[in-house]
Amino acid sequence: MIHDQADYAREGEDVHEPLLSEKDETTVDVREGSPLPDDLTREELTLPAPSEPEIARHYTRLSQMNWAIDSGPYPLGSCTMKYNPKFTEDVAADPNAAIHPDRSARAAQGNLELQYRLQEYLGEIGGMDAVTLQPPAGAAGEFTGIAVAKAYHEHHGNDRSEVVIPASAHGTNFATAAMAGYDVVELPSGDDGRVDVEALEAAVGDDTAALMLTNPNTVGLFERDITEIADIVHDAGGLLYYDGANLNALLGRGRPGDMGFDVMHYNVHKTFATPHGGGGPGAGPVGVVDDLAEFLPSPRVREREDGSGYEPFDPDETIGKVHGFGGNWLVLVKTYAYIARLGDEGLADAAAKAVLNANYLAEQIDLDVPYGPFHHEFAATAGERDAADVAKRMLDFGVHPPTTKWPEMVPEAMLTEPTEIEGRSSLDDLAEAFNLAYADSDEALDAAPNRTAAARIDQVSAARDPKLSWQALDGE
Amino acid sequence: MSGADGTPYAPHTDSETAAMLSAIGVDDEEALFDIPDAVAFDGEFGIEPRSEREIRAECSRIFARNDDLAEFLGRGHYGHYVPSVVDHLADRAEFLTSYTQYQPEVSQGFLQALFEYQSMLVELTGLPVANCSMYDAATALGEAATLADRVRSTSGDVVLVPDHLREGKRAVLENYCAGADLTVESYPMTDGNVDVDALADRAGDDVVMVYAENPTVRGCIEERLGAIGDLAADADALFTLGSDPVSLSVLEEPASVGADVVVGEAGALGLPTAYGMGLGLFACSDDFLRQVPGRLVGAAEDAAGDRAFTLTLQTREQHIRKERATSNICTNQAWVALRAAIHAATLGPDGLVDLANDCVREAAALADRIDEVKGAAAPVHDRHHVREFAVRVDQPAAAIAADLEAEGFAVHAIGEHLLQVCVTDLNAGRTDGLVAAFEEVI
Repeated sequence: MIHDQADYAREGEDVHEPLLSEKDETTVDVREGSPLPDDLTREELTLPAPSEPEIARHYTRLSQMNWAIDSGPYPLGSCTMKYNPKFTEDVAADPNAAIHPDRSARAAQGNLELQYRLQEYLGEIGGMDAVTLQPPAGAAGEFTGIAVAKAYHEHHGNDRSEVVIPASAHGTNFATAAMAGYDVVELPSGDDGRVDVEALEAAVGDDTAALMLTNPNTVGLFERDITEIADIVHDAGGLLYYDGANLNALLGRGRPGDMGFDVMHYNVHKTFATPHGGGGPGAGPVGVVDDLAEFLPSPRVREREDGSGYEPFDPDETIGKVHGFGGNWLVLVKTYAYIARLGDEGLADAAAKAVLNANYLAEQIDLDVPYGPFHHEFAATAGERDAADVAKRMLDFGVHPPTTKWPEMVPEAMLTEPTEIEGRSSLDDLAEAFNLAYADSDEALDAAPNRTAAARIDQVSAARDPKLSWQALDGE
Repeated sequence: MSGADGTPYAPHTDSETAAMLSAIGVDDEEALFDIPDAVAFDGEFGIEPRSEREIRAECSRIFARNDDLAEFLGRGHYGHYVPSVVDHLADRAEFLTSYTQYQPEVSQGFLQALFEYQSMLVELTGLPVANCSMYDAATALGEAATLADRVRSTSGDVVLVPDHLREGKRAVLENYCAGADLTVESYPMTDGNVDVDALADRAGDDVVMVYAENPTVRGCIEERLGAIGDLAADADALFTLGSDPVSLSVLEEPASVGADVVVGEAGALGLPTAYGMGLGLFACSDDFLRQVPGRLVGAAEDAAGDRAFTLTLQTREQHIRKERATSNICTNQAWVALRAAIHAATLGPDGLVDLANDCVREAAALADRIDEVKGAAAPVHDRHHVREFAVRVDQPAAAIAADLEAEGFAVHAIGEHLLQVCVTDLNAGRTDGLVAAFEEVI
């Protein structure tokens, strides 16, 4: 089962694919034959001009040097790397759906209908009253949600300056609060890995705009005191924000809206299996309770009163826009297709199998898992070993390693989320990779990885002397 | 299988599930959930599962409800023909189904492709740093404003933008600015170009950034970019220029006119108009290297001494720097950047220049033809145009646009008596029909 990227190279030869610029550089005189006067144009343009066969080979070779969920297990904690059903690509490729965003609503009834249906689905799944599809990624969803919370407070004449965030939260939460102009109050974790309710009580007050919470949290623990937490925040006049990164654990078994959350984002490239595309595009729809609906970005989509179709509309107190148009449309189409394929039972089963897999895998590995009971993910500790080194060695055993050294509440953390798509034998292989790497010699860990397209990469010197383009390399 | 009602994308047989539960030491899956009864959900979403075939048919039916129109729409968001090779290569699962390159040793392929994308933008902009994407042109502009706020030591808080600017783009910018206590103000345009004198009067100590577009949202080529760059520099304000990679193939190089930052819609390559999905272009001077938002791919060396690629300068980013990060962005548009890079490689510099020149010629030719229609005058602005231009009509523009739509053609109504028409390689074959429809409805 070992997927060996180094196999693509021949012994003793340079394994690397040349840059396009090393294959060809063609310079064009832009002004010759230009319909524009010289003073409005550049003189020349120099770029590679490979033939189509060369392009096909170039990118095919590059693809062979790239791990993907279709290559094998990809258990990055908090990233929910699940299989991306192929048919959703075909649904999204429908040429009738790829229309220009400035069309009139009358001429875009199909897309508006799909947007409306997806808003409804997401509202049900999250227990939210109103949904916007506009944010183009999870972090953009956070920014939208916090901007909505801010607009709500301002509308009600509340001058609040702080957002409270548990220390274990995703880094985006802190960055989002700062981007929205809030001061961040970091909440230390309790001894059990969850929110320390007493610390929360001490932290919230008249300045609290919101508490941003991930549930289950980033080590997979459900915040059992969620009702009390919600009461504390609401009693102080604050709002409760749900970070949807870990929603996969709750599908069909718990809804943020039922737990007292006022606003949430959904990470569709996590929970709803849209492909992550090597870093994006994602989509980060935001759901809110009724009281916040009038602040959502414009436009939202609703049914026409006469039932004749769908129309965009601007919420009364809208925050405006968070994307130039309606967000990452093709991703939203795939989201709809995935939810439709699974339905109620499939979604609930996805959560059940994701939690089953995490618990089974944790049983099979020799590393300690300090906190529990966890749901869809767990943070094992590499103890005396360096988690990053163990991860590099795991690459040699044919799996992608987990997220390392985060969250910080677990020393040498290996945050692992197998998702529901792995079967027992795959989990056994993954466990074996964990155990072999964890038990390996210091020398082997230091030398790892060595069955990959590149050996261990020196990140420190890359950052010290950044080379960010082939032009920068030419100067060497 | 997970059973008839389970997810089709989990491989567990009932006996495997039982064996796994037994290994864990619990009786059933429910025992693994630690959710208090008070907040547990035992209701239904009411979502019926459907088969692949049913969903494809359902969505196909839904999308067929979009009218079959020839779109002459642009205003900053463009579609060009995307060669088949782009789909086939970018759709390789090794690219499409990969995550962010947190383990670079097994992600060399995507990292190199993004490095090449960055390099293409460096050539097109003349600026030495390009990130590997923002969400779209509007959010890239928002990020440019907060960058200006971070790097400018002046006490200013004003971002100046042209009064000809997409409303949506401005609305996004306003949201990014709100969190940084910046204020957005507009300066006037005159005959489709920046009113440089008015801008000079406005530019001062309180300005942190001057934004201009080339081509403008009305498709006009900006003729005094150098002067705009100079007055931004004199005011110690960042000069941010909005454009797209096709236009940049022939227009003045941004670096040569003093641009500090270039933003825009790079999805003009690699993407259809896709109902507004985009690819945010972001390039800047290396003075701001450690303040750049978003991901950067750098060349590095591996333990064997070979060249390799990695995400770099990550201490700018949210997963390390938290509330002191340059932006909260993490997931970006990497796969769209891959598509744009493949498209650019397919065209090569000749193809890019030809495409851009066609955008200039087709716009001029179509404007001339519409100008011959009685009751219409085009182009409204006496400028060179890329792809699109404004049309003055005697009758109300909204009514004309609606009538054209009824004839099967979509154009923008941008003012009481102003339309805007965008022509690219995708709709150039429909211009006869558009002109005939103009004659019909006016």
